[in-house]
Amino acid sequence: MNTNKKTTIAPGVLQKAIILGSLILIIIIFSLLSPNFLTLSNIGGILLATTVNGILSIGITYVMIGGGCDISVGTNMTLCGVMMAVFAITFHLPAVLSVLLGILVGTVVGIVNGFMIAKCKVPPFIQTLGMMMICKGLALVISGAKPIYMDDIENYQIIATGSVIQKITGINIPNGIFIMIGITIVASFLLNKTILGRYTFAIGSNEEAARLSGVNVVKWKLIGYALCGTMSGFAAWFMTARLNSAQPSTGAGYEMDAIAACIIGGASMSGGEGSVSGTIIGAFVMSVLINGLRIMSVPSEWQTVVTGAVVIFAVYLDTLRKKGK
Amino acid sequence: MEGAILKMEHITKTFPGVVALDDCQLELHTGEVHGLIGENGAGKSTLMKVLCGIYKKDSGRILLEGREIEFANTRESLANGICMIHQELNLMPHLTVAQNIYINRENEGKHSFLINDKSINEKTEKYIADLHMNILPTTKVAGLTVAKQQMVEIAKAISYHSRILIMDEPTAALTNDEIDDLFRVVERLKKQNIAIVYISHRMDELKRICDKITIMRDGKYIDTSPMQEITVNEIISKMVGRKIETEGHKKQKNLRDDYILEVRNLTSEGKFKDVSFQLKRGEILGFSGLMGAGRTEVARAIFGADRYDRGEIYVNGKKASIHKTTDAVKYGIGYLSEDRKAFGILKSLSVEDNIVISSYQKFSRRITGMVRKKECSQAAEEYVEQLQIKTPGLRQKIQFLSGGNQQKAIIAKWLLKNSDILIFDEPTRGIDIGAKNEIYDLLEKLAGEGKSIIMISSELPEILKLSDRIAVMCEGRLTGIVDGQSTTQEEIMKLSTAREEGGNKR
Repeated sequence: MNTNKKTTIAPGVLQKAIILGSLILIIIIFSLLSPNFLTLSNIGGILLATTVNGILSIGITYVMIGGGCDISVGTNMTLCGVMMAVFAITFHLPAVLSVLLGILVGTVVGIVNGFMIAKCKVPPFIQTLGMMMICKGLALVISGAKPIYMDDIENYQIIATGSVIQKITGINIPNGIFIMIGITIVASFLLNKTILGRYTFAIGSNEEAARLSGVNVVKWKLIGYALCGTMSGFAAWFMTARLNSAQPSTGAGYEMDAIAACIIGGASMSGGEGSVSGTIIGAFVMSVLINGLRIMSVPSEWQTVVTGAVVIFAVYLDTLRKKGK
Repeated sequence: MEGAILKMEHITKTFPGVVALDDCQLELHTGEVHGLIGENGAGKSTLMKVLCGIYKKDSGRILLEGREIEFANTRESLANGICMIHQELNLMPHLTVAQNIYINRENEGKHSFLINDKSINEKTEKYIADLHMNILPTTKVAGLTVAKQQMVEIAKAISYHSRILIMDEPTAALTNDEIDDLFRVVERLKKQNIAIVYISHRMDELKRICDKITIMRDGKYIDTSPMQEITVNEIISKMVGRKIETEGHKKQKNLRDDYILEVRNLTSEGKFKDVSFQLKRGEILGFSGLMGAGRTEVARAIFGADRYDRGEIYVNGKKASIHKTTDAVKYGIGYLSEDRKAFGILKSLSVEDNIVISSYQKFSRRITGMVRKKECSQAAEEYVEQLQIKTPGLRQKIQFLSGGNQQKAIIAKWLLKNSDILIFDEPTRGIDIGAKNEIYDLLEKLAGEGKSIIMISSELPEILKLSDRIAVMCEGRLTGIVDGQSTTQEEIMKLSTAREEGGNKR
């Protein structure tokens, strides 16, 4: 047996390097174009702006790797936020309990999605489209279509915008970013080191083969969607803290930003590919881009146009890379 | 002589409308390689799928070491040491070799949520070494050749301590060197007392590797014999030994040497090589061969649906440059796919739309693109009558028509387009006998009117009944063109299995 083991870079690593490189390139370009870009306060703003999208897109990463998709995460987040406010303000439950119950609501929504998709074989797009509308409607019904303010709860905002680090080091890094980093680490660990992650990849790669190998496809798919719902709950926690209120009419549209982040980060619409770290980098690419354009006074309408073009370009690059193999 | 490890007796299996297995049997002993041979649709794969619990048998018994068994799914058959390696490999391309082998057994014995990739990599290393595979356990399966992927499947089977290994056409996509490697592995498995069922069409391979052979035909068990006691000719005649019924051959037709289509050295790497033939005006040229011989691929290349690497196509003596299907249509070539549902009909559109679809240019105003509805309907109406398409009306959705009538509508589409060369790929698949005869009559009529027809078919009687000449393909090569009148089923079967000796195939 000869052992001419070739030393090649794993394709996943290469791809992540490309995305990270692009992110750094974008940062360099913006710092050259505007002196206001690479300031501490602006960096804090970018980090803060990434959090919600980052958390949502981690959830979607799981679902996409498993070969599905979830477009209900945005309004699910809204519903969770409204529920948190209702528990805390209307029912006067303790803040911690309210938040936990709100996250539970998101998980339940995810479980319903997962059950319908994995067990009842409703196509993911249809199921989550319906769920997107259901969540949107419920959020409006429950809140009476009016924002619910969290003023009664002391220091609710601290989670998002306060900074523990500032007290120690003087650098203003919002707390929320640590929640996101924590979630990233846990999600990454689950995906790479546990059977949950392994089966998610297996199902997305070749569902039939996974089934024939004795993998309980229904169960693991369902868990994937449940996790995605949980992430919506976390995002809602952060969102309500940042706005110090639950806004029942926001949230729609966030799912598309999250899907875009996943795709920039290398997740495949057809499943089997993707990573949490890639997705987080993808989320940063999007928020850095929007922040940079804003600093250069590009109107927000045009920011959206640019983001759209970047998503398409990222996927095109990936197609080229795959063809080149 | 020791007892059989596996006995299948009186196995019968029916699918709606078809008896797939009729009183079949099979007996396996440890350490033997048992060949299973038969034409397409003879029931080989079905029999094995019954064994593995993929299909449920209607009646009969399966005895594993004397104990009657019936598996509900592949998980159960695996647990009992029976493993089938399918023609389409069942691996997860995005996972590594070790991850594929140990899927669902990441923590053997222990209930743990965490994964220890190191331990499964080490275990995989052992199997890789046993099989003399030169790959790393951490390689992603997507990056492996088909041969290596197959080895991964074999390693997986061994890791389950399988005692019976079923290989369905394992060499279909391998080169000769890879086949040698595979056979070495098979020999080694034999020594470990594993019984192997080897499904193949290739006589030389069966001769080389098998100890015994079981022949099936039309869902029936024909014969089992030790390999040394049977000749290739005997096998072939047992495989086809039916029919040659009254149907007989077609009448001699005097065709002038007026070539409408000529193909020279057409080659598409990995699919077919150096295919050359000529098609006369008014001729029906049958294309025979086993599944995967490359007939459909040649047809698709001529029609511009797939690219080819080398070779030339001449239409009416002039060199034709065909790169996409619209080119082929311009040269008057029409193609009727073997998979009517997927590529032939537009199932949610009407009969009329399906007939007119390729000719809208003729029936629309040049600038506005508005369709002249009346003319469309007239044209469609004409063909519905001419071809006797049975439909309640032109507006009927085509999916509600019978298979034979759908096929006729597609023929009408190409006739309306004025195609002179019609390529029929399995024109009677999924069509009942009465409608088949109508299609046969129609083909003869079209040829009589001067249309030239290439007919790909896996049914020998059909080929013999209709073809003026028969081109036979085997593994991407044209192994012969024989006269439709004087040839025999045996001759065609021989050409269909005439593998190239030595050298890399394709």
